[in-house]
Amino acid sequence: MKKIILLVLVVVPFTTLWAQGGSKALFKLPEANLQTMDGKPFNTKNLQNDGKPILLTFWATWCKPCMKEHDAINDLYDEWIEETGVKIYAISIDDTRSAKRVMPTVNGKGWEFDVLLDTNGDFKRLMNVNIPPHVFVLNGKKEVVWQHVGYLDGDEAKYIDVIRNVLAGKPVE
Amino acid sequence: MKSIIHFSIFLLCITGPFVALSQGITEGAKVTGNIQIDGQYYTENETLGITDSSLNYRKTGMNGFANLLYTNGNFSAGMRMESYLNPMLGFDSRYEGVGVPYWFARYKTGSFEMTAGHFYEQFGSGLVLRSWENWALGYDNNLYGFNTSFSPIDGITLKGLIGIQRYFWEPYEIGNRGIVKGFDADFDLNEIFEKMADCQTRIDIGGSFVSKYEKVPKVTYVVDSKYFIDSVEWNKQTVYELKLPNNVGSWAARVNISNGGLNFYSEYAEKSNDPNATNGQIYKKGTALYSSLAYSTKGLGVFLSTKWIDNMSFKSKITETGTPPMLDINYLPAISKEHQYSLAALYPYATQPNGEFGFQGQIDYKIRKGTALGGKYGTSLTLNYSLAKSIKKDTVAISPITNSWVGTQGYKTNFLSIGDLKYYTDVNFLIDKKFSNKWKGTFGYFNQSYNKNVIEEGIYNENNMVKANIAVVDLTYRFTPSKSFRLETQGLWTKEDKGDWLSMLLEYNISPTWFFAISDEYNYGNPSDDLKIHYYNVAMGYTQNTTRFALRYGLQREGLLCVGGVCRYVPASTGLTLTITSTF
Repeated sequence: MKKIILLVLVVVPFTTLWAQGGSKALFKLPEANLQTMDGKPFNTKNLQNDGKPILLTFWATWCKPCMKEHDAINDLYDEWIEETGVKIYAISIDDTRSAKRVMPTVNGKGWEFDVLLDTNGDFKRLMNVNIPPHVFVLNGKKEVVWQHVGYLDGDEAKYIDVIRNVLAGKPVE
Repeated sequence: MKSIIHFSIFLLCITGPFVALSQGITEGAKVTGNIQIDGQYYTENETLGITDSSLNYRKTGMNGFANLLYTNGNFSAGMRMESYLNPMLGFDSRYEGVGVPYWFARYKTGSFEMTAGHFYEQFGSGLVLRSWENWALGYDNNLYGFNTSFSPIDGITLKGLIGIQRYFWEPYEIGNRGIVKGFDADFDLNEIFEKMADCQTRIDIGGSFVSKYEKVPKVTYVVDSKYFIDSVEWNKQTVYELKLPNNVGSWAARVNISNGGLNFYSEYAEKSNDPNATNGQIYKKGTALYSSLAYSTKGLGVFLSTKWIDNMSFKSKITETGTPPMLDINYLPAISKEHQYSLAALYPYATQPNGEFGFQGQIDYKIRKGTALGGKYGTSLTLNYSLAKSIKKDTVAISPITNSWVGTQGYKTNFLSIGDLKYYTDVNFLIDKKFSNKWKGTFGYFNQSYNKNVIEEGIYNENNMVKANIAVVDLTYRFTPSKSFRLETQGLWTKEDKGDWLSMLLEYNISPTWFFAISDEYNYGNPSDDLKIHYYNVAMGYTQNTTRFALRYGLQREGLLCVGGVCRYVPASTGLTLTITSTF
């Protein structure tokens, strides 16, 4: 029986390798049902930035590095938009306990980016997020081309570098 | 084990054709996943009472999981392999083992979606149904069965599910837990009615029904009665049986109204009689109300929420109790704020499902850039208050058959009544300030009252109230764009429990790859001199995009790790911890 599992584990990744065919994209953004901060249903297929890159962050109100990351990004967001046209979506994985506190927190902090709620972690599971913060950079075709776990002061410089490379058609690293 | 075989066969059936057939079919097929391994090596510590025998002669603990997710167009399938060899300290020993406790296949066509296998789902805010997992907490109540969702027209979403819940590694057998069935409908009125499409005010209503079927155990009571015939004493025995319900139903109704920065949410739930181990086998019905009101505009956020719950523990096994709380069908979140600093989280609140009233308020305000108080970058302020109290209960007479409240209504209570017993209060104030490009800081003050008897022991009095004041100063100095120091100083002062604490943490970060940290939590105010201990730790970590290694050596203090009002007790330990996490 163990052999069967092993076989599965070996076979599955190969189907991926073939399918990737040398493309830089890691995977296409999966579809999941989220909510806007005011409780409206929102499907991830509606994440839009007119063919320009998107930065997705997974965060929660109880996650300190996430809050620091967002404060840092927010300070630079205007410059980033001007330079690259990037759009940021912050996906909150706060559950019922704190989900309704997300909107006042975001507005109270003065964050300018779009925030969506993933209250039971459906999108988080589809994106294989273990713990926040976890960021993804999407190219204009809404394919994930880069991801990063954790936040250390200054990481935002790396994010914008990746976004610049995506725009320039260069390898992300 | 059976589920592993089923899943392997099933996955082979799916992946097989893709391997055999032309590449055209596999186009778009992707496999992604993540993996996490937490390993610990334990050493003995006389002062903390950690010995070989208290560790059950286990030198190491290892918890790990690997997720694989396969997607191809509208089809997806996934699995999670878990191993606990042995479970790390603080995780239930029944987790010991390795296997695949979670796998699923999902297909979507038009507005219809179906999942077979294991799944997570939430109706409304979860008062009647929520299946979820949290790795750090060792919590997983996934449902194993079928889950469907259907949207007949825009704005209407219908969901239906049936399944059994995970219980460690125990396979389902008739009678060892119940079957959960649920239905939920959600109506977005602005989508449904054309007239409301352009309306500023958005209204969404919904309702759920969840029922549990369980083959309940037989519980009998024998009552002796004496009587005399011709002065001779005779004894008569009468056998009474508790009529335990095979089916327990619960329902909920909810509304969400929003207008610009204003949002109101309310959900009311009821549960039919459900004598169980948590409520002391009383036949009273359960009630819950959760409401929140939020208003925000740029630079200001106000949030209010209240919760009133009475007898709302709803599990798929009537006799299940204790920690970790397993087989929960519904979710009753704690209404307090989850704190980000370790000493502020030393006394965390956990929901009391047998009855509590909760209130929380928070104001977030950002002082604008360029003002005297705001400085060059602005200053963020957060004021938060939370309160949890008992509800008023008038107990009814005990049953002459069981000699207890078992089998009775237990007590009477008025909806929304508030009792006198305080469970928890927390007032806290945080200032976030960026001083310059190089310096920024967070300053916090917390005042907490923690009813240890109620929260930890289930004893309903005020005889062990821990009153604590906590202060935090957290400074970051960035001396180059990618290199920074962080100094976090915390103090907790209390006359009760383990007394005063001081904690310091120094972190050196090299973005985006390295961090190094040393920390010490010193329990200098412990009433026992032997326990005035330095809980020191050294840690380092390396991150390369989505792979992260972290190594920590030191003493871990005992405490409660809580997420969403569900808590896990973590015992004190000494030793080395390695964490590897990776996403691909």
